[in-house]
Amino acid sequence: MNTTGSTGLRPILERHESTLLANWITAQKAAPTYRPDLIKENELRDQCRDFLRALMQAVQSGSQNVDGSEWQPVRDLLASISRSRGKQGFSTTATATFIFSLKEPLFQLLQQEYANDPKVLAEQTWATSVLLDRLGLYVTEVYQQTRDSLIQRQQEEMLELSTPVVKLWEGVLALPLIGTLDSARSQTIMENLLQKIVESGSETAIIDITGVPTMDTLTAQHLLKTVAAARLMGADCIISGIRPQIAQTIVHLGVDLSGVTTKASMADAFILALKRTGFAITRPTAGR
Amino acid sequence: MERIPIIRMSKFLLVSIQVDMHDRLALALQEDLTAKINETNARGVLIDISSLELVDSFIGRIIGTIASMARVLDAETVVVGMQPAVAITLVELGMSLPGVRTALTVERGMQILERAIGPTVTEGTDAGPEE
Repeated sequence: MNTTGSTGLRPILERHESTLLANWITAQKAAPTYRPDLIKENELRDQCRDFLRALMQAVQSGSQNVDGSEWQPVRDLLASISRSRGKQGFSTTATATFIFSLKEPLFQLLQQEYANDPKVLAEQTWATSVLLDRLGLYVTEVYQQTRDSLIQRQQEEMLELSTPVVKLWEGVLALPLIGTLDSARSQTIMENLLQKIVESGSETAIIDITGVPTMDTLTAQHLLKTVAAARLMGADCIISGIRPQIAQTIVHLGVDLSGVTTKASMADAFILALKRTGFAITRPTAGR
Repeated sequence: MERIPIIRMSKFLLVSIQVDMHDRLALALQEDLTAKINETNARGVLIDISSLELVDSFIGRIIGTIASMARVLDAETVVVGMQPAVAITLVELGMSLPGVRTALTVERGMQILERAIGPTVTEGTDAGPEE
């Protein structure tokens, strides 16, 4: 079966390359997943032609094992096509259709070729179908990997982006929180803040939650833990930027913030922090 | 058995924990320290745990009890230099050590102790905490 599988495809690919290419592209353009806005016809044609050439070489090598080294060029080509489709915003179906739409034109040619030998035709159809299915699955897998790595990278970037600790004054740190606080993020935030407190020897840290859209008991607990840990190390935390709705939520939830200094705005918190460190801001001309 | 040295510095006692605390060592420290406070009439205790990298709930509790015992003996306790990891561990264990004063550095801890004790009846020449 292995040998018949390859020998069956070989004459078709060799003799009918241009017909196959034309039919394949027609089939792809007819598919509902065709996106002329995302990929140009020239590009598609190039990809198809390259793929058919690589396929021909792989079939000529006689190996039917898609995972073997003879199929490496085909796999590389498919991987690069799949990756670029993933980045261009094609759906999984659209990406897999690239391979699966080859079936129809290929089967038509097989039918013409082996019209007078139904047994060989059936065998060839089966072998080709299996081959294309495997390649299609490979495309889907690469596509999935591309999307996964994209999501993971974005998550990591968001995590880094969202936890800057800034120094406002000698001995005063500020941590503007933006976005929802989940466990992983608040852990990173807590570690970052405590590390910065040690490094800079700051005695006051202002945690600004203006950018936190919602507050639930879990978020409040994370905040309180951070404040408690900072206190254990000898630093005081001020929570600022509590919006009216959040203040209402906190009270309704029964969260006890009595042990923590809270201020409505970052400016108020900063003034308090300065006062604690023994500084005061005055306007040079005023007050005389 | 090894013991944690307690250094006397005028009216304060200094304890620097430089080794991994195990339970018996912690208990010995608790006993030695209370005895020493009594003996020297110390008004403040400064515990430096900046080299301590591992804590469990027992050690956390001992730190808390040492502070409470010292207060009963009329001495203020400041814990200084707690590492972030240790602080996180204690908080996750649910021990936020209420009633224990904390400071970032030994220097700040000393300032807190001096402020907490306030003006005391001295014999004219108060040498201060320099030695």
